[in-house]
This record gives sequence, C-alpha cells and structure tokens, in this order.
Amino acid sequence: MLEPVSQPECGLVAEVVSCDVFAGRSRKEIEELEVYAGNRRRKLGDFFSVSGSAADSPEETRIVIAGSVERTKWIGRGMSAGEIVVEGSTGMYTGAWMKGGRIVVKGSVDSFAGMMMDGGELVVQGDAGDYLGCAYRGEWRGMRGGSIVVHGNAGSEAGHCLSGGRVTVKGRAESFAGVRMHSGLLVLGSAERRVGAQMTGGSIVVLAETELLPSFELIERVTSPEIEGVRFEGVFEVYAGDLAERNAKGRVYVKVE
Amino acid sequence: MSLQAPERLEERVVVRDVGCTVCGCLCDDIELEIEGGRIVQVRHACAMGTAKFLHATGDSRLRHALIREDGSFRRAELQEALDRAAEILVDASRPLLFGWSETSCEALRVGIKIAEEIGGLIDNCSSICHSPSILALQSTGLPACTLGEVKNRADLVIYWGANPLASHPRHLSRYSTFPRGYFRERGKSDRTLVVVDVRRSETARIADRFIQVKPNSDYEVLTVLRMLVREIKVKAERTGGVSMEELKELAEMMKSCSFGVLFFGLGLASSSGKSWNVSAAIKLAADLNEHTKFAVLPMRGHCNVAGTNQVLGWQTGFPYAVDFSRGYAWYSPGETSVVDLLARGEVDAMLVIGADPGAHLPRKAVERMAEIPLIAIDISHTPTTMLADVVLPGAVVGLESAGTCYRMDDVPVHVRQVISPASEVPSDEWVLEQIYRRIRRLRG
Repeated sequence: MLEPVSQPECGLVAEVVSCDVFAGRSRKEIEELEVYAGNRRRKLGDFFSVSGSAADSPEETRIVIAGSVERTKWIGRGMSAGEIVVEGSTGMYTGAWMKGGRIVVKGSVDSFAGMMMDGGELVVQGDAGDYLGCAYRGEWRGMRGGSIVVHGNAGSEAGHCLSGGRVTVKGRAESFAGVRMHSGLLVLGSAERRVGAQMTGGSIVVLAETELLPSFELIERVTSPEIEGVRFEGVFEVYAGDLAERNAKGRVYVKVE
Repeated sequence: MSLQAPERLEERVVVRDVGCTVCGCLCDDIELEIEGGRIVQVRHACAMGTAKFLHATGDSRLRHALIREDGSFRRAELQEALDRAAEILVDASRPLLFGWSETSCEALRVGIKIAEEIGGLIDNCSSICHSPSILALQSTGLPACTLGEVKNRADLVIYWGANPLASHPRHLSRYSTFPRGYFRERGKSDRTLVVVDVRRSETARIADRFIQVKPNSDYEVLTVLRMLVREIKVKAERTGGVSMEELKELAEMMKSCSFGVLFFGLGLASSSGKSWNVSAAIKLAADLNEHTKFAVLPMRGHCNVAGTNQVLGWQTGFPYAVDFSRGYAWYSPGETSVVDLLARGEVDAMLVIGADPGAHLPRKAVERMAEIPLIAIDISHTPTTMLADVVLPGAVVGLESAGTCYRMDDVPVHVRQVISPASEVPSDEWVLEQIYRRIRRLRG
C-alpha cells in the first residue's frame, strides 16, 4: 500500500512503482527506491508512506495507491505481472511498455497511457488524455498486445499506430482515433472526425454515427458481426480504408441500428 | 571580413552583402550605410528587415544588465547579473532554457551545454510553430530541396496556408516565383503560382490560381488530392468547400509540371489536424515523385529557427523539447514542450533568449513565467523582459556579432559582424559562456 504524502510541483518520475520492482523487497527497501523530482534524485518514501509487505514474485504482488497522483509519471512501466490499483488519478505514461499483469485506475489517466503496450490489462474508470495506447515519438509501430479499457472519454489520437491488442473507449474519442493503425481492434463509443486516418490494417468499431474521411468506401452492411474475435450486436456499415494509403486493408464498422 | 568599430569613422561607410537576421528567408544581400556608428540607410531589405536594422542602432536598445528588486528594475553590474543568473539555474530542479530562434547556432551550442550541466530542459520556438511539421517529417520523411533549386528549376509553386507577402516579404521575389533561374529564364512567365488558403490573402491576389478551402478541412482536401494523383475514384462531389473539378485540375497541374514545390505555412501545420495535415502534404509530394519531381518545404519563421533544430538534432538526437533531467536526452513533445511544461506548472526557473514567449504563449503559461525566477537575454525590452528577474543585454547576430544561422531550407549561412555592439556584451554566445562557467564553479 502506497499512500501519497506529497506530490512535487515539478512532477515525479516513478517507474519503480511496478510489481516487478516491488516483489521480494522489504518495506524499507521499497521506501529507498529511487525516483526523480525534476533533476533531483529522491526516495519513493519521500512522497509516499509505504505499508504492508510485498510478495516474493511479481505475480503475487498487489500495489494499492490510496489517492490521486496526477503528477506521478510512468506508473507500472514495463510491468510483466501482478496488479496495481490506483484509488485516484495518475500522470502521464501509465502502463507504458507493459507486458503483463493488470493496472486499474479508478480516476483518470493523463496522456500517453499504455504507450507501446505489449500485454496485460489497463483499466481506466475515468477519462484518458491524448495518445492513449500510442507509439512513442518517432516509432511507427505502436501497441502490440494486451488490452486497454477506458470507461470515460479519450483525447486525440487514441490507438495511434496501433499494431495489435485491443483498445476500448466507452465514451467519446477526440479526432484522429486509430490514426496510422496497422492491426488490432479499436472500439469507440463515439468518435470525432478523421477516425482511422492513414490506417493500413486492423478494425475500428464506432458505436455511433461519425464523419468519415473521403478516403473510406462503404463496402457492405452486416448484422451482429464478429470482429477480431469479438461479437458486436446490431447493424453495422463496413467501410474500407484508408484508400489514400497503398495496400490499405483497414476496416471501419459504424453502428447504424 | 568585418568592419570594426566604424563609429570612429566620420564619413559614411557602405557595407554590402550583409545578412538579414529577421525571417527564415535569411537574405544575405543587404546594403547598409553607416554614419557615426548609426545605420542611416538600408537597401534591398523588406520592411521587416529595414525596421530591425534601423532599430539596432536606435535609442530603444537594452544596453546594460538589470536586476529586479522589490518589484522594480535597478541597473546592475554585468558580473552581478551573470552570477545571479547562474545561481537561479543551479538552484532550480526543473529549469527550462527557451528561445534560440534569433541567435546564432554557436550560442545555442553553449545553451545545450548549460542544459546538460544543470539537468534542465531545452526547447525552442519551433515548439509553438512548426513542431507539427517536425513530428510529421519524423514519421513520414521529407522530400525537400533548397531554395536555389526552386529558383533555378521550379515551374509550379504552391503556397498552402501561407501568406509570404506578409510573413516572408522577399520569398517570392528572391527565391520562388519572380527571379530568373537557370531553367526558368523568363522568371514569373515560366512559372505558375498557386495559393491554397482559407481566405484571399495578399499572396492569393497575385496568384495564377487561388483555391479557397473551408477552415480546418485541409486534411480532407489533401487526402482527396492524394487519391486523385494515384487515380483512385473519389465519390464526394465537394471536399472542404472545393469542387471536384478544381481539385482534379490541381492534381493534373501537379502531375504535369516539371519541378513542383509546395511551401506550407502555419495555416496548414497549426490548424485542426496539425502534424497529420503536414504528413498528408508530404505523402502527396512523395506520391507525385512517381510522375515528376516534387518537393515540399515548411515556411520557417525566424532567421535561425531551422538552425535550432539542426544543432539540437546533431548534439542531442532530437530537434526540440529535450529534457536532460536524468542525465540523458529525452524527447516527448506534449510532456517536454514549453507550453505543456509551463501550463502544468512543472518548470521552476526559466532562461529566455532570442524569443519573446511573454508575448506569444497562452495566458496560463505566461502566468507561470511570472511566478518563477526568469532570466531574459534580449536586445531590447519585450513583454518577456518585463516579467524577468534578471535581464542581460544581447548582441544582434549578423550585425553586432558573427555566427551561423540556418535558412528555412536548412542551408547554413555565415552572418558577419558589421558594427560594434550597442550593449556591453560582445555576443549572446559570450553571455551564455559566462553563465556556463559560473554554473561549473557553483556546482564544483
């Protein structure tokens, strides 16, 4: 259990908050873990009061952050197993490069959540910032596996360069969701314009009407389709795209009834 | 060759081929007449360049260091102000060094050294102008060319979301449209000028063809153009307010020219769609290279904003928004870019040089600048120096100090020293080097 004591104004870089790092460490050792507040090297114990004990393996380790840590970045970076539950909201890069295990955020996550994710599960009960499940700057292949579920809304470019795995936004996604996507499944409650721009593969399901780009062509109408292994109830229009790209094999399913 | 201390000369001196360090055109054919150390006549420069040259030796220059005490400035000894600046930067846990677009690459090189030494952040003006273009060229590539190639070869010149007659007044006459080139002997008569914009700008009025798009629909228009160039059927009759006939004609013009160039401004890079608009423009140019030679270039604003990306690029691997807080270079626009950092309140000290963020950043970011210790290096008072705690005088690069600047097409131009600095410092590079030495001393 980590209870936030204070949050530095300049932001806290704490990729050590991960079941892989906590496993097999004593309470004292966890308090001593290195974090960065700007360019100052500090201890995790300076910002969180640590209680309980960690299990021997990451699989059995469960970390609870009892409060909001909006200024703490990189929680659960590269985590391979175990569970992190955050009672409030988190900062940028939550669950980036995650390989396994589960992160549940009861509040909202800032931008770049689930960046380059490879496996595991990220559940956000509030909203997500921009670049949910994106590729890192300069990379063109993004998230490759695992699952992200956001119960609220997401910012721009959700599923940017998605290359596998599943991203679900139950609320509304801002523009350019699924931009330059290559494979995988992106499910959106509703979406602002330019869904799937420059996509070359994979499927996007939009559960409400949306304004598609002129480079998407209606190919058929289907009822209760199974898309990437998931069944969706209702009638959907299926669009092929993005036809401005070479060899584009992407599909956008828009629910009409 | 520089002409030292001409103020000692009684007579009028004419200096030719002076570099103009105002906009990204970086014209290097300016003639100055100097009398008694003052510039009295400027030839060949546009209105913006003339104003800067006349201001440089005018009365409104910042000549001495200033330190804020109890809310107002007092004149300070240069040494004291340099000491204070170094202390501010060493004491900060997330210091930001911002600006650089109107100073030399040599000064920026010292700035990067300071950022690395103090574990700070370094960002430049492209963060708030062409950063979408940079993100696009990083993910898409850039079929670019130099302005010399445009002058000698281009027979189709397109300005998209740019109004160079106002922003880069000599761009058309010196590089793109009017000059006679090796293969374009008749100048304008050998070229077609097309402007795509949301309004009929000054440049649009002199264009052979003007295409008016609805605001924030550039991405759709570019997407349709890409499809037309590749002969993919488009079902829509109009896109972004433009008829399919007009777009088909434009696509045909692009395919049939012998050397085309698309210059894009912030109208494309900073309207809805941002980096993806630029990415679509780049992909359009790439597709066109299957039919003809086609290049795409951003209309960079300041005289050395392209140079900041070059120098940061070769020193740190990243073109802007670089964070050294953990000892190595980390780049993530959205996290490490100036507006995001200030608006989130992460930055706890800031140094500004060769830019005026106090006038140009969003209100929330400027409010943060007012809260934290701020050092400004500038040639005259600006909204930024008004918020500063320490103000250090600078020297105009290309007039009072020599240095390297990169033109908008990434061509480096050496600019000379022509007159002695109006302030008490020899160059911006020197000021930064003094701060760096003090930082080294403070950190032991």
